[in-house]
Amino acid sequence: MHPILSRQGRLPLYFLGSMPLGGLLVTTLVPAGGLGWLETAAVILPLTLIFAAATLSAGHLCQYFPLAVTSAPRLLLVHLASAAAESLVVWVVVAKVLTTVYQALGVFAGLPTRFEAVLPMLFGIGVLLRLLGVAVHYAMIEVARAREAERREVEARVLAREAELKALRAQLKPHFLFNTLHSISALATSDGERARRMCVLLADFLRATLSLGEKTSIPLADELALARNYLAIEQVRYGQRLRVAEEIENGCHGCLVPPLLLQPLVENAVKHGIATLLDGGLIRMEARRSKRALRIVIENDADEDAPRLNAGGVGLANVRARLAARYGEDAHCHTEPNGSRFRAEILLPAETTGAIG
Amino acid sequence: MLKAIIVDDEDLARQVLREYLARRPEIEIVAECANGFDAVKAIGALKPDLLLLDIQMPKLDGFEVLELIEEDVAVIFVTAYDTHAMRAFEVHAVDYLLKPFTAERLDDALDRVCRRTGEKPPRASRLAAAARPPDQHAERLVVRDGTRVHVIPVGKLDYAEARDDYVALHSEGREFLKQQTIGDLEASLDPRRFVRVHRSCLVNFERLARIEPYSKDSRVAILHSGVKLPVSRAGQARLKELLEER
Repeated sequence: MHPILSRQGRLPLYFLGSMPLGGLLVTTLVPAGGLGWLETAAVILPLTLIFAAATLSAGHLCQYFPLAVTSAPRLLLVHLASAAAESLVVWVVVAKVLTTVYQALGVFAGLPTRFEAVLPMLFGIGVLLRLLGVAVHYAMIEVARAREAERREVEARVLAREAELKALRAQLKPHFLFNTLHSISALATSDGERARRMCVLLADFLRATLSLGEKTSIPLADELALARNYLAIEQVRYGQRLRVAEEIENGCHGCLVPPLLLQPLVENAVKHGIATLLDGGLIRMEARRSKRALRIVIENDADEDAPRLNAGGVGLANVRARLAARYGEDAHCHTEPNGSRFRAEILLPAETTGAIG
Repeated sequence: MLKAIIVDDEDLARQVLREYLARRPEIEIVAECANGFDAVKAIGALKPDLLLLDIQMPKLDGFEVLELIEEDVAVIFVTAYDTHAMRAFEVHAVDYLLKPFTAERLDDALDRVCRRTGEKPPRASRLAAAARPPDQHAERLVVRDGTRVHVIPVGKLDYAEARDDYVALHSEGREFLKQQTIGDLEASLDPRRFVRVHRSCLVNFERLARIEPYSKDSRVAILHSGVKLPVSRAGQARLKELLEER
């Protein structure tokens, strides 16, 4: 976009701004060429307006040859040539025409001849002014670009934050809470001790969920502890039907992850996996790291005949949105329904406390 | 004496009901089922008066159980959080209990059931249809064949034909008869995947190979399997509409 033409209200301001420049030219020319004030102003001021209009073309040239990607000789050539051309046309040719017209009209007799002397000087000044115009255009383009980049960055940050908040709000599943309370209610008369343990497990889970939600990153060890806590509660509900296995490599525990990142995957593994099977199944959590990447896998048995979630449902969409908002292209979440096994794999940069989190 | 069956996949949830019902001498628990298959079998064999039915269960959910039973039985849904059940309740006045619930809440529901004995309960398939959210379509169909229950994912349904009070579901070269009208079946399926090409015929769009003229007014649909189905003028219009949509 042209920095001046694209914004309403800028053009009149631009022309108004050119007038002091015209005045300055007049005060320079009058003593230098031995001219009269009135005749000089009568030629220079209209020419200044024409020049200002012609100089707008520099804006298009500046966009066509961006500062960052055009070589210096090319920049110099393009702008010097266009400056010379413009200056020649406006300050020499049009000046000659205008003075001749004035003479023909019978005002300022002998003006063309008297003006002849200052034309080379006008030409030089025209080139310099045009180059100044080019510089101003480049400056305006850069300012606009910086502003745009800033706006985009702010937007990305707002989006990322929104994605996180949405994901966190989705964490507290009423289903889970009500079912757990029902289990506690069942245990209250038959096994008071277990009912009490379950209350503590639930309280721990809720407390951790609430406090972790406020952080931006937590060690994987904490995230896994939360998942274990959750699965322990579900194990009371599902009994022998829910089995859990873990394979966590040693170097993974300190890696930083967004809080509650795994929670939707673990919940899906229970809800769409274990809960669909008459005899239950296994949930396997795995974490491995290479030098730069952390890979987390949540895998579960599932009923082959049960309808598959298309694209994985809300939980998975949230995981993807959070990863995209925070890591962009550097993180992936991909799922693989594989007959009676369902596998979700997250790949993200391995950051530890020392690194930028 | 009321015969009751408890259907819930969670041991602890069954335990609560067992404990509460022990205080009601007029109710006898004749079976406890941990899944839908067992429930269908037990209901057929024991002919209970009352079902205490969980909704989310493996293999067959509570609504599918209702679709598969022919017996008239009073139903109380027992669920943790289910707007669907509440919708079914509003439409057909079956009762529901939200977990966790008190013994008194269960008593209220039981009293209502006792007052209504003799009334004909709503047809189960209607109940299941009312419980389905309007924008959500069936993912699978359940059919009972004697004591066996077949679960057909809708993607494997090739076409369906109306036969008196039944529909014949054709899937992978087999035919299953289900007591349902073809209109009800059509309403439960995604209209972008299944087209009613004829008054008596509903077809999976993906199975269509081509349409050929048959007589002056009618055409015939030919499936990839070679099966030919009649296409009415209205059916033709629906097919055209779907093709333009896709």
